[in-house]
Amino acid sequence: MNNTMPVRFKVNGKDYDIQVEPRRSLADALREDCGLTGTHLGCEHGVCGTCTVLVDGQPVRACLMFAVQARGKSIRTVEGLATGDKLHPLQEAFWAHHGLQCGFCTPGFLMLALGALEAEPDISDEDLRHVLSSNLCRCTGYQNILKAVRAAAREMRGA
Amino acid sequence: MGAIGQPLRRIEDRPLVTGRGRYAADNNAPGQLHMRMVRSPVAFGRLRGVNLRAARAVPGVAAIWTWEDVKELPPIDFRVPNRELEPFRQSVLAHNYVRYVGEPVAAVFADDAYAAEDAAELVEVDIDELAPYLDPTMEPPEFMPGTRAEAAVLRKACGDIDAAFSGAHAVIELDLAVGRHTGTPLETRGVFARVDPASGTLVVEGAAKAPHFNCKAIAGMMDLPLEMVRFHEGHVGGGFGIRGDVYPEDVLVCLCAWRLKRPVKWTEDRHEHLVAANHSRDQRFRLRAAVGADGMLLGLDAVIFSDQGAYARTPGLTAPDMACAMLPGPYLVPAYRAVAHVRLTNKTPAGTYRSPGRYESTFARERLMDAIAARTGLDGIEVRRRNLIPKSRMPFGRGIISLGVSIEYDSGDYAGLLERLLASIEYPALRADLSRRKAAGERVGFGLACFVEKTGRGPADRALIEARPDGSVEIVTGAASGGQGVETAMAQIASDVLGVPIERINVVHGQTDRIDAGLGAFASRVTVMTGCAVHAAAEALRSKAIETAAAALAVAPDKLRLSQAVVHGPNGASVSLADVAARSLAGGAPLAAEGRFRSDHMTYPYGIHAAVVRVDTGTCGVHVERFAIAYDIGRAVNPMLVEGQLVGGAAQGLGGALYEEFVYDEAGQPQATTFADYLIPTLAEVPPVQTLITEDAPSLHNPLGIKGVGEAGLTGAGAAIAAAIDDALERPGAVTRLPVTPMRLHALLNDGGRIIPATG
Repeated sequence: MNNTMPVRFKVNGKDYDIQVEPRRSLADALREDCGLTGTHLGCEHGVCGTCTVLVDGQPVRACLMFAVQARGKSIRTVEGLATGDKLHPLQEAFWAHHGLQCGFCTPGFLMLALGALEAEPDISDEDLRHVLSSNLCRCTGYQNILKAVRAAAREMRGA
Repeated sequence: MGAIGQPLRRIEDRPLVTGRGRYAADNNAPGQLHMRMVRSPVAFGRLRGVNLRAARAVPGVAAIWTWEDVKELPPIDFRVPNRELEPFRQSVLAHNYVRYVGEPVAAVFADDAYAAEDAAELVEVDIDELAPYLDPTMEPPEFMPGTRAEAAVLRKACGDIDAAFSGAHAVIELDLAVGRHTGTPLETRGVFARVDPASGTLVVEGAAKAPHFNCKAIAGMMDLPLEMVRFHEGHVGGGFGIRGDVYPEDVLVCLCAWRLKRPVKWTEDRHEHLVAANHSRDQRFRLRAAVGADGMLLGLDAVIFSDQGAYARTPGLTAPDMACAMLPGPYLVPAYRAVAHVRLTNKTPAGTYRSPGRYESTFARERLMDAIAARTGLDGIEVRRRNLIPKSRMPFGRGIISLGVSIEYDSGDYAGLLERLLASIEYPALRADLSRRKAAGERVGFGLACFVEKTGRGPADRALIEARPDGSVEIVTGAASGGQGVETAMAQIASDVLGVPIERINVVHGQTDRIDAGLGAFASRVTVMTGCAVHAAAEALRSKAIETAAAALAVAPDKLRLSQAVVHGPNGASVSLADVAARSLAGGAPLAAEGRFRSDHMTYPYGIHAAVVRVDTGTCGVHVERFAIAYDIGRAVNPMLVEGQLVGGAAQGLGGALYEEFVYDEAGQPQATTFADYLIPTLAEVPPVQTLITEDAPSLHNPLGIKGVGEAGLTGAGAAIAAAIDDALERPGAVTRLPVTPMRLHALLNDGGRIIPATG
């Protein structure tokens, strides 16, 4: 299998032109072809959500999408969250509320939460819990992740 | 105010929240090869041959190895040498027999990860299947001709057990089991090895848990001088005891990089992880208890069956040994006898998962305390109160040795903590509320479990510290980090002495070329052992700084003191630590010091878990409504991180109590090989966890009084949830096995019986 296809998509506002096999996952393309290793792979079968990125604003499991399916789309990853040294309110809140330990699931949670809060800034607590229950974390027990996202939501609404 | 005790935010977080972490799979180098394992598809069989012809034809394949290619390598050894276990060590690739589904049979190396996987699928493995051995309570078959599949029989005893039973008011017998679980860190295992062209050394990225030991072990297996191999720990995506033991894949990656002189990368996939990384738990307890009419546990006679899986792995007998040693827990138990049969079955080999032997034995012991309550008609909390070791008996030893160390609880006020927990959860009001809800038809219940933890395993640690002219401080330790906040904790301990802000302190761990020895991170040891070495190093640095400053200020050293990173003298004279460092460096030597800490004792923090559950009799689901942990840590270095360890641990303990289990079918085929089968709790399953962290009983064995907290979030969770389910069902003793899956609960509700299937 070395029939490759050209794919162009935007990641964090920047154009990428890559040449990939049709079977290459978006996650592998981001990590290996674009060098963006902030997107992590936890299960590669769509359960853990660690590889969550935003594709045209929607949270997507990058292990379950082929790179060729992202052709022409605009993708956002954890690397695009901060502005220079200034962290995004979600990043600040995860740090302040001890919402991470090993940090491996963190990029996926950040992008999941970002997608949810941008779509629905006034999301109810029940809906927020529901959204956040779609990703796995093995370190924190989730309570500090929930606190962090609630705090960031307040900050983002006020900003 | 000193830095110890402050809930400071972590110094390790900025790269982790910005996507700049460097985990094992983030390492790459030009010309690298990717390894893919070919694994046994059957549980037990005679390996007749491996056909590589089709696989070798796949473009990009550089090499494919079977046992013939690596036969000069010895099997993987134990961290603590153990002659008795040697026949049960695993070779890096299967030889003659395959003994579990997932056992490495061949290794494919190709220049692309997809190509390596394509080729691995074309490897044909010829195996004559044999009947697997799956139930360690059955008589063990031969492992090899002349060798039984029983790796060890552990025995621990104290007091006069026969006298205890002859004087008993009642004898209670229980048959209890904890399922097969493991840590499943979100980052799967990974290794990246290359030969550094400049130095000719083998450089290995992806180290964890015990980098120094692993470096030495793999250098030894490859017959390389130790100085030719370097291990580096980058970011680690969770360890939980199972990551960072020496595994076959680690050795193969290193050997390939060395032989082919190309960088070699291996990233485990999740399916592999669930059948190839260490499993744990899976212990069965047959308990006989001699009980007094007053509810006192007079004697405990335990037979334990520990399912080791197919081979003995690096941690050796840690889990079953801990189970035997800690089964009596926080209670007096004047007579005790335990025999543990550690047997080799045709399942994934077992190692240590966070709270090894304690999660299991706490479940067994606390089920027994509830059974005593049911038999004597006393309240379960009252039975515990009566049996808890009183503060006046501290330090308390039973004369039991575990892992070469005599167990002596150093300090504690167990009954005091129980009362504080009950007050913090407003127990009488909680009980009244549950009674109202029960009367209204809800199946709700409360349970609790008391335990003693075992933390801070020695014997020794060393730390190097250096102050720099730019005001920063570097600390080099032999510790490892699985992401718990080791850097922050070490920095706080140093900051407490020096007054340097933790943001200006760089903590090095897991780098074998930065310090010549280190034991790493296991047995909740880092804050206790490495922390005390860092403390000693910081104190030594302070003395040196004061000596150097004394010369600069022309003042006697005893007139100087270090505060907020400035050496202050009489009459307002002062010099900053940075200036002292510059002066020292100008004088030809950096401002540096070394600290050592040694302890032959472990520390014994203690805690209580309490749970409120609601049972849905329609779905047979169990919903944990409330969870509380009271824990005495002696002294908390960073209470926010302590709470993080407890809450995160509780989620894992809850998973083991209700959801997680490696089930095997009768052919030894694993049934949980994805995250859709091995169910880790999500936010929907984990309730808020109320924590009560106390500092009533500082450790006597270190100058800071600290005890560990890495594992305590799990220890009582299974036991507390089991008790709460019993209470919800109003059927004392109903739960005899974890996890309480909907299937098991359904059987309980409908058959009225207790089920312990032979396997799975």
